[in-house]
Amino acid sequence: MSAKKTERLLNLVICLLATRRYLSVQEIRTAVPGYDQDTEEAFRRMFERDKDELRELGIPLETGTDSAAHDDEPGYRIARRDYELPEITLEPDEAAALGLAARLWQSAPLAGATGSALLKLRAAGVDSPSAPAALEPRVGASEPAFAQCLAAVRDGRSLVFTHRTAGGPPQERHVDPWGVVSWRGRWYVVGHDVDRDAPRVFRLSRIAGAVQITGEPGSVVPPPGVDLRGWVARSAEDEPRATARVSLRPGAGWELRRAATATAPDPHREGWTLVDVGFSDPGRFADRVTGYGADAVVLTPPEAREAVVARLQGLAS
Amino acid sequence: MSAAMGQLPRLLALVPYLLSRPGVQLSAVAATFGISEERLRKDLNLLWVCGLPGHGPGDLIDVEFEGDTVTLLEPAGVTRPLRLTVDEALALIVALRALADTPGLSERDTVHRALAKIEQAAGAAAGPAARVAVAVEGEQRVLPVLQSSLDQRRRLHLAYYVPGRDETTERDVDPMRLLLVEGRSYLEGWCRRAEGVRLFRLDRIESVTVLDEPAEPPPGVVHRDVSQGLFRPGPDDLLVTLALRPPAAWVSDYYPCESVTESADGGMVVRLRVRDTGWVRRLALRLGDQGRVLAPAELADAVRGDAAKALAAYRT
Repeated sequence: MSAKKTERLLNLVICLLATRRYLSVQEIRTAVPGYDQDTEEAFRRMFERDKDELRELGIPLETGTDSAAHDDEPGYRIARRDYELPEITLEPDEAAALGLAARLWQSAPLAGATGSALLKLRAAGVDSPSAPAALEPRVGASEPAFAQCLAAVRDGRSLVFTHRTAGGPPQERHVDPWGVVSWRGRWYVVGHDVDRDAPRVFRLSRIAGAVQITGEPGSVVPPPGVDLRGWVARSAEDEPRATARVSLRPGAGWELRRAATATAPDPHREGWTLVDVGFSDPGRFADRVTGYGADAVVLTPPEAREAVVARLQGLAS
Repeated sequence: MSAAMGQLPRLLALVPYLLSRPGVQLSAVAATFGISEERLRKDLNLLWVCGLPGHGPGDLIDVEFEGDTVTLLEPAGVTRPLRLTVDEALALIVALRALADTPGLSERDTVHRALAKIEQAAGAAAGPAARVAVAVEGEQRVLPVLQSSLDQRRRLHLAYYVPGRDETTERDVDPMRLLLVEGRSYLEGWCRRAEGVRLFRLDRIESVTVLDEPAEPPPGVVHRDVSQGLFRPGPDDLLVTLALRPPAAWVSDYYPCESVTESADGGMVVRLRVRDTGWVRRLALRLGDQGRVLAPAELADAVRGDAAKALAAYRT
């Protein structure tokens, strides 16, 4: 933005904040420097663009007429109560908590929004210290689809994107998003899958190419009280349906030991431990075990044992 | 981060900011707004010619310089900052909620009080923040001990699981800080065994004891830069090439790859730097026939050997 334009827009904001009654377009043209275009048409075009820019910044331009106005064309003003950040005072410990939270976002667009929010709060007299804290939170959002998904969720609009799934070809999905969730360092969008007519969870890093936003703002309304984190957690972790017994070499198979529901010494292998671990899918359970190589041997059930053997045979040949 | 703010929103914040801080140092204002002092002077010169309609001497924004300080005498009606936008409210509210949800963070009440005040100030703009959530996994088990050792600057003894070797290691660590990165909690500390700064994932700490000795990280030791992710491969790390079938595509999501090439059959070929060959051998075993080590050949042989050995355990 050129300095001349910034000057014009700032004068426009000051002018519309100062007036109680609606100012007509001609009154604005006279009152605000920089609207001295040769033709009425050129001035109108510029004024329209200026209005759009102010609204994009969140400046509440009010349109209307009051009885004093003689022509029917609506006038403009900015209501101070809608423009001004309300009074806010933070105790030092609250300001410190805000300072810590403000460091959560590591990347655009939320890091930028945090920065401008803090400036507004500082301008309102709130000082949030940025002394290094013991606990440093960091959440990134490197997924290319993040900004668009966030915008659709924020505005209550629909999404169209291409999603890659394990094993299948990429598919176009139409989703009415209820929310975006960061879970274990990855972002997900939760919403109603229009084609499948059912709730679905999509990992943002699996979205390929451009994301389209469709529909009117406010057309997507999430179900009241929807548990976004619950949807993501359930989609990522299956409920165990069966229990496997695995023998582990001393000190090995740490992740299986932590997941064990029961442990006992292995009577057939000196020093080894038997662990019982719940699982839902034999194939996926076999993936977890195979990584431990000769340090973990599945004893039961047969389908889990066979799944591991099949994997090992494929690898050994 | 605030440098990205456009000039007009910056000016609209600058006027009330200066109004509430008469005689503030120019350098302090520039630092707060993330701009150079030269840029700040340009901003102030622009304010000077703006004001109420009429634009006579009493209508304009008035700024007075004294030495390195500045005082705003006349705000021309811009006495308060603009309300928070939906994006700004969302960024602060979701971050505060994530912090409030972090188990082991003792000042949870404080966070809730700050949150309530921000929500109130944001008004209607706070609504969409309910649609964004950050799930945080704290480790209630070890966090209180780690926090007290940090407060008292005491050395720790850790039993810590190293996944690459699938074994638990014992070491003394001088704690430096706790971090929450990508949804997981870590302890950063000076590892006296490795003589270096290390990050310890809290869910891999098997046990922790606070020792009597004081924590003494070497003077001048610097925090690990986690802004580019936790694992930053070095040129000395082994370059491994893996062929992945579509079900194993998650590997390219989970681990930083040097290159990812889609292959004709819908799978991909990835190259990644690996510090720990034990880790990549276990990854290859885990992938089964969904992944194959293309290079180096010794690694492919080692994986074949690991599989044959494991298979033998099933034949007995």
